[in-house]
Amino acid sequence: MTISTALVQVRELEKSYGGVNVVDGVSFDIHEGETFALLGPNGAGKSTTIEILEGYRDRSGGDVSVLGVDPHHGDLDWKAQLGIVLQSTGESGNVTVFEQLTHFANYYPNPRKVGDVMEAVGLTERAKTRIGKLSGGQRRRVDVALGIIGRPRLLFLDEPTTGFDPEARHQFWGLINQLKDEGTTILLTTHYLDEAATLADRAGVIMGGKLVDIGTVEEIGGTNARVPLVRWRESGVVKEVRTQEPAALAARLYAAAGREVDGLEITRPSLEDIYLQLVGSNATTQVEDA
Amino acid sequence: MRTLALGASRIRYELRVYFRQGDSVFFTFLFPILMLSVFAVAFSTSPKLGAAPDGSGGITFAAFYLPGMVAAGMLLSGVQNLGVDIAGEKGDGTLKRLGGTPLPVFSYFMGKIGMVLVSSVLQVTLLLLVARFAFDVALPNEAGKWLTFAWVFLFGVITSCVLGIALSALPRTGKSATAVVIPIVLLLQFISGVYLNFAQLPGWLQNVASIFPLKWMAQGMRSVFLPASFESVEPGGAWNLGAVALVMGLWLVVGLILCKMTFRWIRKDT
Repeated sequence: MTISTALVQVRELEKSYGGVNVVDGVSFDIHEGETFALLGPNGAGKSTTIEILEGYRDRSGGDVSVLGVDPHHGDLDWKAQLGIVLQSTGESGNVTVFEQLTHFANYYPNPRKVGDVMEAVGLTERAKTRIGKLSGGQRRRVDVALGIIGRPRLLFLDEPTTGFDPEARHQFWGLINQLKDEGTTILLTTHYLDEAATLADRAGVIMGGKLVDIGTVEEIGGTNARVPLVRWRESGVVKEVRTQEPAALAARLYAAAGREVDGLEITRPSLEDIYLQLVGSNATTQVEDA
Repeated sequence: MRTLALGASRIRYELRVYFRQGDSVFFTFLFPILMLSVFAVAFSTSPKLGAAPDGSGGITFAAFYLPGMVAAGMLLSGVQNLGVDIAGEKGDGTLKRLGGTPLPVFSYFMGKIGMVLVSSVLQVTLLLLVARFAFDVALPNEAGKWLTFAWVFLFGVITSCVLGIALSALPRTGKSATAVVIPIVLLLQFISGVYLNFAQLPGWLQNVASIFPLKWMAQGMRSVFLPASFESVEPGGAWNLGAVALVMGLWLVVGLILCKMTFRWIRKDT
């Protein structure tokens, strides 16, 4: 028997609606203290998967364990250890930020201090503002604040930074890094690949309900996808070569031209490039299959 | 213990939210008071009701309509207010969020029912004050009448709350909630002796109304606020408080069973 530190275990998870599998045999683990990103296009099954783990939806097949409990049977003590930031918001805005956080803090056995949480999400100055009067991005920060007020062991973040301006997003990343330092385990879905690259230790890519790749952020897409790309212009034509020795190629080009090479660029594919390639090639495969 | 403490915290939270919503305060909180005022003013020059042949005795229209308005307030605070409110919270994601926290369902309901109890006690106090001082309606001075008032009121409001919670499962979306709930409560008010004199309704309509709890709430309140001489026009010639308790009790049980069967934090997927 092996001792597992996996806080979340998903095995061959299936969810079907009217005979169609929207989640189809997904398996992954999330270990204590880890941040795991679930990536994929809209409708790929990310939110369905996350809502099954949160206990909102029942699964059609497979096994799921979250903090050692089947979410289908999760009780209040189990919920007290979770923080959930749902994808969509929108509710009565007639209470102030401070009132809402103070009230929700009541629900948990060992909540964070309301003042600390407001500070962390950058809403201290809006403490006495009714939530209905906040901008969309600020309201999203209230959602995040409500997700972390209970000092969760496991935090679910379903597209947390949608509607944030770049500065707010960077502040949010700082907050998440702080939570990671405190040992919080995080499951994140996002459309921003730079966000996943910055925050996640590991990522899974889900498409058409299937997990098409999983690994550390450095491994996703395989080594071939990460071969640097050298691009330059020769007699007005753009040329591209993938090589493991980009500097040597650039030196040869320089020697051959006898001067600076026009439009020379050396790039290492970002997670976004790799993701787009992965999603693009899988989409093609699916069309061919059909 | 934790469940009750959280319930108390929910009551404070719900009351705060309720009284900050301008529109619902107007339509459900002040509605019975406005309606009583309309009837009292519209019929202010009409002859008194139930007067002796020599013109002595009898009561004003304001006094005649008061028990119906008290009953309407009980129904609206519970059924309309909670039916629309909870369907809305289901639609806008409030319930989904609460369902992801360690808040017990019982505490949530305690908050809703407590909010309705507090606001409806304020409402009926205001209604009685307006009736007494603006329209000169004589209020009962026997302790026994006020005891009847207390149990009919509390029993009726709690039954209405439970039925409102059960009814909130019916609308498919938060937006359609008022369209589903308002016609039901409006129809009930017309056939149950709130706006129309119950004694003058056809027998078959009285029988239909007797299936529903509002008729009995109104009857219970008539026994408190109308003179004894009005008892003879009631169906069966009596206030029949035993039947008032029995029918409200049956609806309370039906409501609780429906709540237990239908309430979910989120709509279950198929």
